[in-house]
Amino acid sequence: MSVSTETAYSSAADAMPVGTPRHHIIIFTGLLVLLLIAPFVLYPVFIMKILCFALFASALNLLLGFGGLLSFGHAAFFGSASYVAAHAAKVWGLTPEVAILLGTLAAAFLGLIIGALAIRRQGIYFAMVTLAFAQMVFFLALQAPFTGGEDGIQAVPRGNLFGLLSLADDRTLYFVVLLIVFGGLLAIYRIIHSPFGQVLKAIRDNEARSISLGYKVNRYKLAVFVMSAALAGMAGATKALVFQLASLTDVYWSMSGEVVLMTLLGGMGTIFGPLVGAAVIVTMQNYFASFGAWVTILQGAIFVVSVLLFREGIVGVLARWLKKPL
Amino acid sequence: MFELLGIPPQALFGQLLLGLINGSFYALLSLGLAVIFGLLNIINFSHGAQYMMGAFVAWMGLTYLGIPYWGALVIVPLAVGATGVLIERLMISRLYHLDHLYGLFLTFGLALIIQGLFRNSFGVSGLPYSIPPQLSGGQNLGFMFLPNYRAWVVLASLIVCFGTWFAIERTRLGAYLRAATENPTLVGAFGINVPRMITLTYGFGVALAAFAGVLAAPIYSVNPNMGADLIIVVFAVVVIGGMGSILGAILTGFGLGIVEGLTKVFYPEASSVAIFVIMAIVLLFKPAGLFGRTA
Repeated sequence: MSVSTETAYSSAADAMPVGTPRHHIIIFTGLLVLLLIAPFVLYPVFIMKILCFALFASALNLLLGFGGLLSFGHAAFFGSASYVAAHAAKVWGLTPEVAILLGTLAAAFLGLIIGALAIRRQGIYFAMVTLAFAQMVFFLALQAPFTGGEDGIQAVPRGNLFGLLSLADDRTLYFVVLLIVFGGLLAIYRIIHSPFGQVLKAIRDNEARSISLGYKVNRYKLAVFVMSAALAGMAGATKALVFQLASLTDVYWSMSGEVVLMTLLGGMGTIFGPLVGAAVIVTMQNYFASFGAWVTILQGAIFVVSVLLFREGIVGVLARWLKKPL
Repeated sequence: MFELLGIPPQALFGQLLLGLINGSFYALLSLGLAVIFGLLNIINFSHGAQYMMGAFVAWMGLTYLGIPYWGALVIVPLAVGATGVLIERLMISRLYHLDHLYGLFLTFGLALIIQGLFRNSFGVSGLPYSIPPQLSGGQNLGFMFLPNYRAWVVLASLIVCFGTWFAIERTRLGAYLRAATENPTLVGAFGINVPRMITLTYGFGVALAAFAGVLAAPIYSVNPNMGADLIIVVFAVVVIGGMGSILGAILTGFGLGIVEGLTKVFYPEASSVAIFVIMAIVLLFKPAGLFGRTA
């Protein structure tokens, strides 16, 4: 990526004072309270879907918004983790927490392989390489003996948490999913604000200077790629238990596009943007589900409008108005 | 009947021909991507959708207006290229001062819109487009049967590819183009209208995709998703070849088509991933691509 080009990464998020800003604590707490009440007001499965995609988009945002690396193949991690978790829970009969852990590990391992190859190219090529490998994972999922081909893995049992607590009830499962997703989001927040995160932003903004300062840039890139893949995998594995299904949709390129759209719409390089983007897109899909291809057209239109008029995203614009990093 | 490595020659040459056909499309499409990337510095994600548009517009021309195949081969690239000119003027031209990512996002969004619109109007089941009467039938070469239309696809692709190569590498207009790729400001200072050249280049790249679409219409079924998966393979082709060289894009396209065809003969299970595996190997040993310049 050349130095002279302009990006809309929220620069406000970079000028962070020492310690966690108070308004971040307030937002996280408010969000948690809202999400604790939500399943008693709204349909729990719907909110769980938003939560899983919020984590997925935040994982991509860690890579794209803070590492400056566009992966157009994140569905590979989301989907393969979802297959592994579904297989572990259904065929091996493992408990849900172990299934999710195995899915996450599988995604991290896949991220290590794809990441190590993809970071050998920069910018636009990086995006094409990740997309191409994700398509390869799609073909493997289509042909592999344990993925169920076009049918996917259906009727995945939700099982008993730690072998004790049954997750068959939507609301019980909801609080487990909330715990996982919120844990993931806080982990991402921690990574962004760690010294590691500062180096990442330095590489994003000026790779050549970071190299000359002595940072082993490729190690940082690979590390953040693996973290992002693992978190995306955690989201995918959780989603497999929520919907009791792992299917080809989860590994297809359109899924990679969707999560990029969520991040772009919410605001790349913001902390809360991907959450907002995920909520908007999932809600939209729900309302337009019966209109067939119009969902695709609408998603395309949001892409075009976001790029032409709205590059900072919803939360990016809010942050500029409030003059606070969000 | 003689056999090569235990494979009957009909199967071997049949798959080689299929590989050559696929290679023709890889070459045409990756060439268009390379031409666009050279001057505009964006990856045209809607290339697959524009290829699909080419096939559909040819089908619509035949069905609604009675335009025959040979007319479509000329008119359709011009028409679809014109939509490309419009897209460049109205949208892409606003993004040149931004990071390359935004060009990718924009053209991806456009691809979704185009595919969605066609899916809404025509459904997902394919529409038939018959082979022009002059090219029906085939030749018996003794060791295999060669359908005339398939031979024509390879020939037409070769002619257009090398025509493009000649225009860019050997003519004055091409020299301006190459100069503008290196240093647009300086070329502008010599009195050449660089923005117009950029617009026309995008239009030309899109027209190439549409031309490939018309060629494809009689052999693949015309459906809204025909470009979506193909374009990802073409991206892999572009990563393998590198976008620095026109000739490189052509050679890589044909070469990989043939390799894919051979994989179908010797190890059919791996044929859908063969190109991606080659991409991984190239990334390991020659990260800039076979014909790429390190940027």
